[in-house]
Amino acid sequence: MAEWTPDQPLVSIRDVHKSFGELEVLKGVSLDVRKGEVICIIGPSGSGKSTLIRCINALNDIQAGSILVEGIEVHDPDLDKLELRKKVGMVFQQYNLFPHKTALENIMMAPIKVLKEDPEEVKKRARALLKKVRLEGKEDAYPGELSGGQQQRVAIARSLAMRPDVMLFDEVTAALDPETVKEVLITIKDLAEDGMTCILVTHEMGFAREVADHIYFTDRGVIVEHGPPATFFKKAKDPRTREFLSQIL
Amino acid sequence: MEDFFRQLAAEAPRWNFIFFYDERSWNRIVEGLYYTLILSVACVILSVVIGVVGAWAQGSPSRLLRNIVQGYIQFFRNTPPFVQLLFFYFALGQFTPTYSPDGWLQVPIISNVGWAIISLSFFAGAFNVEIFRAGIEAVPDSTREAAEALGFSRMQTYTEIVFPLAFRVSLPALNNNLVNLIKTTTQAFAIAVPELLYQCVTIWNDYPSAQYPTMLLLFVVYIGLVGILVFGMHKWERALRIPGYGV
Ligand SMILES: Nc1ncnc2c1ncn2[C@@H]1O[C@H](COP(=O)(O)OP(=O)(O)OP(=O)(O)O)[C@@H](O)[C@H]1O
Ligand SMILES: [Mg+2]
Repeated sequence: MAEWTPDQPLVSIRDVHKSFGELEVLKGVSLDVRKGEVICIIGPSGSGKSTLIRCINALNDIQAGSILVEGIEVHDPDLDKLELRKKVGMVFQQYNLFPHKTALENIMMAPIKVLKEDPEEVKKRARALLKKVRLEGKEDAYPGELSGGQQQRVAIARSLAMRPDVMLFDEVTAALDPETVKEVLITIKDLAEDGMTCILVTHEMGFAREVADHIYFTDRGVIVEHGPPATFFKKAKDPRTREFLSQIL
Repeated sequence: MEDFFRQLAAEAPRWNFIFFYDERSWNRIVEGLYYTLILSVACVILSVVIGVVGAWAQGSPSRLLRNIVQGYIQFFRNTPPFVQLLFFYFALGQFTPTYSPDGWLQVPIISNVGWAIISLSFFAGAFNVEIFRAGIEAVPDSTREAAEALGFSRMQTYTEIVFPLAFRVSLPALNNNLVNLIKTTTQAFAIAVPELLYQCVTIWNDYPSAQYPTMLLLFVVYIGLVGILVFGMHKWERALRIPGYGV
C-alpha cells in the first residue's frame, strides 16, 4: 500500500455499499475529504447519513467499496482498530459521556488507558481542553450535573484529547434546546477555524453554510448533489435537493 | 452473669442458656460462629467472582462459552441447593484425590468445609451471573460504542465502563441474593461442617433443656450477621451513587 501523504485526501470513500440484512442503506457513496476541510452531510431522515459516518471509524462494516483514512483501509479484516481510532474522533447525538466519571475524568480516560500517556501531562491537557470548550470550573462535575450543551462540549473535548486528525459529528446538536445549540456550534466553529478536519451530519443549515467547505446532500443511500455552500444553496439542480431545502430553510 | 443464667436454668428448665456458663458449650458456639463466618465470607466473595466472570463470559463472542454458562445457570438455579451440596460432597467427594499428612490417615484434599464453600458459591454464583447480566444490559449500547470509538478494547470497555455502571444497577438485587446465601450456609450442617447450626444441634442433643435458648441464639446471630451485610451493602450503594445519575 502506498504511503499516505498530506496532499492526498485524508478520508477517501469510494463506492461504498452497506446493507442491514435485506435493507440496502448505502448504494455506492463516494466522497473525499482533504486535510483541514469541513464537510457537511445533509439529507432526509433515514437517508444513511449516520450509517455513512459510522462506517468511517468502523462502528459499522461495509459490504463493498473502500474507505481510506490516511491510507488505512478501514474495512481490511486485519485492520488494527486502535490505529484507526487514534486518527478518528467521534461525537454522538446523545453525548454518551461516561456517567460515573467527572468531566475531567471523561476527558482523561482514553489518553491514559488507551494511549498509556502520563496522567499528569494528560490532566494538563484535559484542563486546557475544558477551557477551550468554555467549561472552566466544571472539572469535577458529573455528566448528570451538566446541561445537554455542556455535556456535548465535554464529549467534544473528550474526543479531542486523543488528538485525532479528523472529527466526526453526528447531529450533535439535534438533542439540544435552541439556546444551547449555539454554544456547541461555536465550539465546533472554533475547531474548524483551528484547522481541524471535520465531517458533520447536521440539520443546521445556517451553520453549514457558514463553516462548511463542501456540502453533500444524500437521499436513499446515494449522494444526490454536492458543492460548496455558495452554489449548493442557491443553485441546487436536483428536484430532491430543492424540495428538501425548501422544507428546511 | 454466669450465676444469673445458672439460676435461670434451675428455675425455668426450658431456658437453659448453657453456653453462657458451661465452657465446653461456649467453645462450641465460638467454633460454630467461626465456621459460619468463614462460610459466609468465602461464599460471598467466591459467588460474586463467579457472577462477574460468568456475566462477562455471557457476552463473549464464543457460542460454546455462552452455552456453558447458560447450562451452568440452568443447573444451579433449577435444582435445590441442598441436593447440590449432598451431590458435591458425597458424589464428587469420592473422586477427589487424597493425601496423607502422617503416613497413616488418608485425607481428601477438599474437606467438607471446602465442598460446602464450592457448592454454595456455585449455587449463589448462578444467580449472581443473571443479576450482573441484567445490570450489563442496562448499560446503553451507545455508551459502549463511545468507549469503542475512543479506542478502548473490549476488555477495557468492560472493566472501565460497562462493569462499574452495571455493578451499581445490580447492587440491590445482589444484596438480596447475598442475604439468602448467608442464610443458606446453615445447610452445610448436612455434611457435618461444624458451623453454628451444627454446634447448636449438638448442644441441644446433649442438653434438651437448652433447645429454646440455642434457637434464640441462632436467630439473634443471623439477624446480626445479615444486618451487618445489609448495612455494609447500603453504605456501599450510597458511596457509589453518582451525582445527577439515575442509579
Ligand atoms: N443497526 C441497524 N440495523 C438495521 N437497520 C438499521 C441500523 N441502523 C440503521 N438502520 C437503517 O438504515 C437506514 C439509514 O439509517 P441512518 O441512521 O443512517 O439514517 P440517517 O440519515 O442518519 O437518519 P436520521 O436523520 O434520522 O438520523 C434507516 O432506514 C435505518 O432504519
Ligand atoms: Mg442519523
